[in-house]
Amino acid sequence: MKKPPVVTRAVERGLSPFRGQRAAHVLPRARLGGPMPWVIAIMVALTVIAAGGGLALGNLADRARGDLAGSATVQIVEADDRDRERQAASAVTLLLNEPVVTEVRRVPPEEVEALIEPWLGSGTASEAVPIPALIDLRLRTDASEQALQVLSDRLVEVAPDARIDAQSDWLAPVLGALSSLKWMAFALIALLSFTGAAAVWLAARNALGSNRDTIEIVHLLGGSDNQIARIFQRSILLDALVGGLLGLLVGGLGVWLLGAQFAALDSALVAGGGLAAVDWLVLVTVPLVAMGIAVYTARMTVLSSLRRML
Amino acid sequence: MSAPEGEIVQFDNVGLRYGTEREILSNVSFTLFSSRFYFLTGASGAGKTSLLRLLYLAQRPSRGAIRMFGTDVITLPREKLPAYRRRMGVVFQDFRLVGHLSAFDNVALPLRVSGVREADLRGPVEDMLEWVGLAQRADARPATLSGGEQQRVAIARAVIGRPDILVADEPTGNVDPEMALKLLRLFEALNRLGTTVVVATHDVQLLRKVPDSLIMRLDKGTLADPTGALRYPPRRDGVRM
Repeated sequence: MKKPPVVTRAVERGLSPFRGQRAAHVLPRARLGGPMPWVIAIMVALTVIAAGGGLALGNLADRARGDLAGSATVQIVEADDRDRERQAASAVTLLLNEPVVTEVRRVPPEEVEALIEPWLGSGTASEAVPIPALIDLRLRTDASEQALQVLSDRLVEVAPDARIDAQSDWLAPVLGALSSLKWMAFALIALLSFTGAAAVWLAARNALGSNRDTIEIVHLLGGSDNQIARIFQRSILLDALVGGLLGLLVGGLGVWLLGAQFAALDSALVAGGGLAAVDWLVLVTVPLVAMGIAVYTARMTVLSSLRRML
Repeated sequence: MSAPEGEIVQFDNVGLRYGTEREILSNVSFTLFSSRFYFLTGASGAGKTSLLRLLYLAQRPSRGAIRMFGTDVITLPREKLPAYRRRMGVVFQDFRLVGHLSAFDNVALPLRVSGVREADLRGPVEDMLEWVGLAQRADARPATLSGGEQQRVAIARAVIGRPDILVADEPTGNVDPEMALKLLRLFEALNRLGTTVVVATHDVQLLRKVPDSLIMRLDKGTLADPTGALRYPPRRDGVRM
């Protein structure tokens, strides 16, 4: 019998890295594979769409709030054309001299007719229905409700049929609804994150079960929990990378198409709901966060299961 | 506290039970010394495999103390166990080769787990496969190997890391007498290099083939005569063969 080969005692017996391709080779079925990249892709796509919607709604609400905070509209509701014009002219003269008002614009009758055209049709509106005269105001940002009331009182003195509306008042419920939608989108993101983590948890447990024998052997050969967990982490990282990129692509395309459709509405309100460069950057981080959640969940699942083995 | 010179494993009143069943192992106490060759014998169901599982740290006992290399391994945190397992080589009764890995990869596994670089492990693994006569089957999967070949791959895997202790559970149970003797010579050769060898077997004929070996006999979960059993030939009044 030949002497056995002398394997050098210098072989590392400390806890050295056992990772990468050669470690994954030991547990090929640890590759969570199968539907996992698709599950992650769907989660990321939905999250990107929800996040895109939430950010757009937030931008829309902020923009509208900013625009409307210093705006007011004066309506002069008088059936008689000449009296209405006289009152409008007096009101403009008064408003131009008010310190709380920074900008006054008499809305041209054509513009007013265009506003009501969808409801009353074109051409006949001003003949059939008396249309109020409209004056748009930009107020100083520090104009209080009290200042607005004082202005209203003075206005009534020169134009008895004038009525002043702060635009923020009538848009407040809309802004509240937008804000709710935004928070609902963020709640949806949290829910999707939780669901994604649960899917990874199930898949990791399943993979652990199907690789139990090999894991036990690796354990008995001196493999540590961290070494085994890293194999699973690497596997889920690859799945999450593929799924995340795919999800980002689909979700990003969805957000872009929706944005383009809303932009085509040519509505002043919707125009403020676009995504800024920083928002797109936030969307790009969604798959990165998804990868982090997936890897962390897989690691915790594997480590907690391994702790039950010796 | 370090172990006395030469003592590498101490079992002290070790007991093992599953759930509320009666103990599979009771009051097991013995000491293993470095560079010695031990046989663990006993009838089927005597508890040999359970004792070996405790020895290669696959299980914790229900009671008693186990010290290895001077350390109490019962209370050792689990993250420190791998370092002790790496000092052991185990030949399982059912080989437990990784089915989807080649013979080469199975033998290389302990070195890879220990973090040996690919460039450094190729030579030792090829030498080891040649030593067990499987150099030509390096790429074969376990399913395509015969029982004897699988056994030799399992042995090569167990000894590739030059363990301080080699534990083999019925290593000759699945091979013909000629191959059994050949495997035993492999263990002896390794033992001469300084590795403590513990072979569990119910084949009493095998015991006579390693003259310098010490024998432990398990009977219904207890060591029949621990003191007498650790001699060869066994004392007439201690261990019945």
